Amino acid sequence: MPLLKPDGFVADDWILVGMDDPLPARGDVAVPWGRIARDWETLVKHDGRLGVVFPNSEKIAALGLYLPRLALIVLNFPIFNDGRSFSIARQLRLAGYAGEIRATGHLIPDLLQFMLQVGFDAFDVSERFSLDLWLKSMKRMSLTYQHGLEDRNPTFGAAAVWKARQQPSTISQDQKDAG
Amino acid sequence: MYRYDEFDHRFVTDRVNQFRDQAQRRLAGQLTEDEFRPLRLMNGLYLQLHAYMLRIAIPYGTLNSRQMNRLADIAEKWDRGYGHLTTRQNIQFNWIKLEDTADILGSLAEVEMHAIQTSGNCVRNVTTDHWAGAAADELADPRPVAELLRQWSSLHPEFSYLPRKFKIAVTGAPNDRAAVKVHDIGLRMHLNDKNERCWEVIAGGGQGRTPIVGITVRDFLPEAELLAYLEAIMRVYNLYGRRDNKFKARIKILVHELGAEEFKRQVEAEYAKKGYTEVEVDQRELQRITSYFAPPKFANLSKWSPEFEQARLNDPGFARWVKVNVAPHRVQGYSIVNISLKPEGGIPGDITAEQMRVVAELALRFSFDELRVSHHQNLVLPHVERSSLYEIWKVLKSHGLATANLGFLGDIIACPGLDYCALATARSIPIAQGISRRFADIDKQEEIGPLKINISGCINACGHHHVGHIGILGLDKRGEEFYQITLGGSSSESASIGQIIGPGFAAEQVPEAIEKIINRYLELRHDRDETFLAAYRRLGAQPFKEALYASA
Repeated sequence: MPLLKPDGFVADDWILVGMDDPLPARGDVAVPWGRIARDWETLVKHDGRLGVVFPNSEKIAALGLYLPRLALIVLNFPIFNDGRSFSIARQLRLAGYAGEIRATGHLIPDLLQFMLQVGFDAFDVSERFSLDLWLKSMKRMSLTYQHGLEDRNPTFGAAAVWKARQQPSTISQDQKDAG
Repeated sequence: MYRYDEFDHRFVTDRVNQFRDQAQRRLAGQLTEDEFRPLRLMNGLYLQLHAYMLRIAIPYGTLNSRQMNRLADIAEKWDRGYGHLTTRQNIQFNWIKLEDTADILGSLAEVEMHAIQTSGNCVRNVTTDHWAGAAADELADPRPVAELLRQWSSLHPEFSYLPRKFKIAVTGAPNDRAAVKVHDIGLRMHLNDKNERCWEVIAGGGQGRTPIVGITVRDFLPEAELLAYLEAIMRVYNLYGRRDNKFKARIKILVHELGAEEFKRQVEAEYAKKGYTEVEVDQRELQRITSYFAPPKFANLSKWSPEFEQARLNDPGFARWVKVNVAPHRVQGYSIVNISLKPEGGIPGDITAEQMRVVAELALRFSFDELRVSHHQNLVLPHVERSSLYEIWKVLKSHGLATANLGFLGDIIACPGLDYCALATARSIPIAQGISRRFADIDKQEEIGPLKINISGCINACGHHHVGHIGILGLDKRGEEFYQITLGGSSSESASIGQIIGPGFAAEQVPEAIEKIINRYLELRHDRDETFLAAYRRLGAQPFKEALYASA
């Protein structure tokens, strides 16, 4: 599956390993959540960055002291309208996590903007939809009423209405149009 | 009332274009029906028994004549010449084609309307007191906060795929006309001892399969913290609300299963985390919104209007309508006109395109171009000079809109039921019509006094039967429709859930059963001042059970 980031499709260098797969000798690896506590001693010594596939039924408090060592958190969408991972991503960003948050599972283009807004910045997208549609869907709406996190992604398509309203240049433009 | 600026306009236009693209991808087979369903629902489009139904948002029930006229145009051009007002202060059209929908949404956008989030597992249309800004008892107009919530909840990135739908109601008055205690979140305005606005936050109320009165999570939340606090509640719900069973997925079940104290603890723990500054209520934005709701330029009117008094003396029909349907306004010389959409034998909440235009014209001429939809499925002209009432009444009367039964037995709330709805288990409309015909005598209705009969065609309770003084729930028993009656419900500030009185009735028996209940009430009440609800609360169910079942 292609990996989509806010500025386009990129090569995915991360190696996803299962619960009992041997770790590769080096390289960035992402492991299932159950492996973090079990194999932590080994994992911290690994030659490469570390990521986790985090289930949407867990509380982020469980990530606790592991969090500063993680460079990737993969959040799964078992079905596209199971919205728990939206809140988990938001909580991670509010907690100061600055690494990659990747969405995987049943993704549809129509959810991309919401995902960007809550803090996702990488997407395992499916080839069911054209690459062009995926790219366009990141900018489908040009405005959003919510603000706070959209600045994280400079390429995010929507401007925050409540901020824009307070910028004098925009407002005077509005009045000119109204007149 | 609120007017769109360039941003609001662009937002709804983007949204229409987005939906047009989604509908095309669905028609081209690129989206599965399972994928398209939540997307179309969040644009108000349902698939019902016979056709698509489009539910259009009327934010907090407020609209102007131009918007009402546009609804009339839509009814004629794309539907069958009428619409149906809902208990969420919205309007729905029942005979819509999928391929027309984007054009209808475009037509709505031109008049600053949309159908965003009138369905789906997201925050629905925020409702409020239909007398907001006019009521004599209100602390302040709750609509600026309702509009703020509309914007905040529109396409909220975190809360658009909740476990289930989410309904918020707001009231600025001590007499609760917005049913805030039976909402997922209810907000009631208070003034603190410094005369600053605070909000009582009630959560976990609801109707449906499991009717529950909500719990108060905060007594006096400062207004600036409102959005951040709601986000904390919603985050707890989004993360931990049940997703395994749609009938247990509303926030009320989470509150109930955790217990009030544990739920509050989790909300407060979430709220205590850092990083909420981005959702602090921006005072400039709230002031900007509030300026749109500045009171209209009321004239200095005398308390006494000779033409009004004369008309009342001369015309008993008018006098009765004034007594029943006209409510006191907070400004001297003005009145609130309530237009009943419950004529004898009519379909509650239905309105024809012609009637929409008549009412729009009245609003423009007599009510500062403002109209309201009430959750009782009626319309309101909120700011009318008393001296205009007679003329308004005559116009209403000539269009079948002057039924003088507001708050009486004939003012029945009913969902569309099995005549339209894919979820219904029984019909609601014919039951409402049957009762309405049985009690056609307005004198009799007046003698009975204030009474709310609410009818739902299934346990989802869109007809609010749990909070009807008399509630009627249509069910299916081995292929036969039958109706369960509940007594003693109320959605007011002293909210209560109605209790099932006993075995159900066949459709044709319902009007007679209601009559038996009413007759027993008339026998047992102290006097005319003791309403049905008060009498029921004093007497309990027993005498009504006897009336219904003893002689059977």
